[in-house]
Amino acid sequence: MAADFVIEGLKATIEGKEILKGINLQMKGGEIHAIMGPNGTGKSTLASALMGHPKYEVTEGTAVLDGEDLLEMAVDERARAGLFLAMQYPSEIAGVTNSDFLRSAINSRREEGNEISLIRFIRQMEAKMKELEMNPEFLHRYLNEGFSGGEKKRNEILQMMMLDPKIVILDEIDSGLDIDALKIVAEGVNSMRSPERGFLVITHYQRLLNYIKPDFVHVMMQGRIVKSGGPELAERLEAEGYEWVKEELGIEDETVGQEA
Amino acid sequence: MTTQTILPVDAERLSELSQGSGEPGWLKDSRLQALALAAELELPKLEKTRIDRWNVNNYGSYKASKPLAALNEAPAAIAALIKDQEEGSLIIQQNSGVVYTRLAPELAAQGVIFTDLQTAAKEHGDLVQRYLHKAVLPGEHSIAALHAALWNGGVFLYVPKNVVIDTPLQAVLLTDDAEAAFVPHILVVADTNSSVTYVDNYVSDKTEAGLHNGAVEVFVGAGATVRYATVHQLGADTTDVTYRRAVVENDGTIEWIVGEMNYGDTASDTKSVLKGNGSSSDAKVIAVGSGSQKLNYTTQAQHFGKHTPSDMITRAVMRESANSIINGITKIEKGATRADGQQTEKVLMLSPKARGDANPILLIDEDDVTAGHAASVGQVNPEQVYYLISRGITRHDAEKLIIYGFLAPVVSQIPLEGLRNQLQSLVERKLGQ
Ligand SMILES: Nc1ncnc2c1ncn2[C@@H]1O[C@H](COP(=O)(O)OP(=O)(O)OP(=O)(O)O)[C@@H](O)[C@H]1O
Ligand SMILES: [Mg+2]
Repeated sequence: MAADFVIEGLKATIEGKEILKGINLQMKGGEIHAIMGPNGTGKSTLASALMGHPKYEVTEGTAVLDGEDLLEMAVDERARAGLFLAMQYPSEIAGVTNSDFLRSAINSRREEGNEISLIRFIRQMEAKMKELEMNPEFLHRYLNEGFSGGEKKRNEILQMMMLDPKIVILDEIDSGLDIDALKIVAEGVNSMRSPERGFLVITHYQRLLNYIKPDFVHVMMQGRIVKSGGPELAERLEAEGYEWVKEELGIEDETVGQEA
Repeated sequence: MTTQTILPVDAERLSELSQGSGEPGWLKDSRLQALALAAELELPKLEKTRIDRWNVNNYGSYKASKPLAALNEAPAAIAALIKDQEEGSLIIQQNSGVVYTRLAPELAAQGVIFTDLQTAAKEHGDLVQRYLHKAVLPGEHSIAALHAALWNGGVFLYVPKNVVIDTPLQAVLLTDDAEAAFVPHILVVADTNSSVTYVDNYVSDKTEAGLHNGAVEVFVGAGATVRYATVHQLGADTTDVTYRRAVVENDGTIEWIVGEMNYGDTASDTKSVLKGNGSSSDAKVIAVGSGSQKLNYTTQAQHFGKHTPSDMITRAVMRESANSIINGITKIEKGATRADGQQTEKVLMLSPKARGDANPILLIDEDDVTAGHAASVGQVNPEQVYYLISRGITRHDAEKLIIYGFLAPVVSQIPLEGLRNQLQSLVERKLGQ
């Protein structure tokens, strides 16, 4: 079934400060939405609030995936319901190997007694790592520990590929990637495109969108989506920056905490 | 003010016991001297630990143990540990005495000695007398003195020159009668260029309070290698005070692997004395504290020889209201040029009531050396938990992964697969998983 994801009136605070001020967004399986916007406008906050990071408190709104409100669920339940967030800054966890971690994640989606066999798991993982041109040694490395910035991003995509989510949020997946790695990661994402799956791609650069072609582009400022359009919007932002959007909307300071 | 040591036995009775079990005169004298010392000495001084408030006087009294006719008669409490050991080299001590001894014939043929220490004192008196109480001295404090006065059963392992043994020799030490004294002494002597692995387990199966006062002495000859692995899994009823020492000659190597999985109060001190040039020491300690355990773990390396590397790692997980003091002492003596002393102590606390305290100490009297230490005490990192659960892993499983991950860098380095698996399951049991 094609995913159907609807965010309505989402407000969120961190340490009592309101960062998200009413986000509305609709996504369907097969669609790619890009979110752009200057630094500090709430893009990562949106991603974290949807995933359920404990520091963020959702004060209003809903985020309904296939009829179920994610915001009512615990973080792990959201993940099992089909949400995946490739994080801007993935954690490092010493002592936990990449393979043990991913196998636990896969098994958390399976019934007890029906765990994935080790051989099948390793085969799958090796195949995906090959697609992402990752050295097989990353299987046995501790999770993200000592990974370079680009290696961490690839590892996020590897997890996405292994976990087969319905809604994927990519938070600056392009930051820290060299040109070749950007292509590889984009190909990984494109290989996962399907009518069942929706993508929300947070980025600062048109470059990524040349590889991952969005259907919709949204601009965030002051904790809201202030403008939406097609791929041409991203191209104009790349060429002209954000000034014209601010002028059009009468915004002086685009960061959150400022009111239009 | 000095506190009078309560002697669990008087000299007359001790003398009778020694004679009654046919011990040589030198051993009887050694016991009596140690008893006299005990009366004068004080309890050991442990960093931030009031051992005087612990239950350290519950010695019980010597009780003869009945030997096992066959291995399958061994008590159920240790059945899992001795499974498939019919052909191996194994000693079992039950309470005050050794009840089973087997040395693989091919090792006996090479001159290896593996027997209880009381028998060894009779049959290999010169050898035993040369080493007994030379590493852990009875004069150090009242616990060491009482140990030297009262030790029973025990293990004596002697590996002759150039003999290299691949399969581990094992011992299981069980206390299941609270009235019986449980004071085993382990003495290992590895002669020049020999190599051996010894693994033991301390187990209790009783409910009344008791004490294990243990001492381990390892003498590593020139060019010899001793790997000494020990797992303590004594119950909440048993207070455990254990001193382990190795004295290492030129180019010798001692490797300690210690699993502190007791449920009762525990003080342990594991020390390598790097006497010879080129001698080296590696110590790994894995500990899990639970309930209201009071724990004090010390690792030490003392460098006398030149070119002597030492490394000590302690990783401890504390849950509930367990309280642990973890000390690492690297001492480099004048003249020990090119010594390299490294140590790490890490504590992971799983509850707000758990306590961990890491005290790394470097005492260096020589310029031409390298030394380093790292210590950390912390709780499970919520960002890490969030990352794991954001992939669908339950909170319970995520915390488990992080806890095992904390121990894994040390556990994965344990070279004996059976021991690694055993420690893994003991950790799981202690963590209630
Ligand atoms: N603990 C906090 N207390 C107060 N403000 C915070 C806190 N954490 C984040 N913020 C603020 O929330 C705002 C939104 O941050 P967010 O990370 O969502 O921005 P972003 O749009 O992802 O920016 P970037 O493009 O730089 O990644 C920023 O102004 C940030 O300073
Ligand atoms: Mg961001």
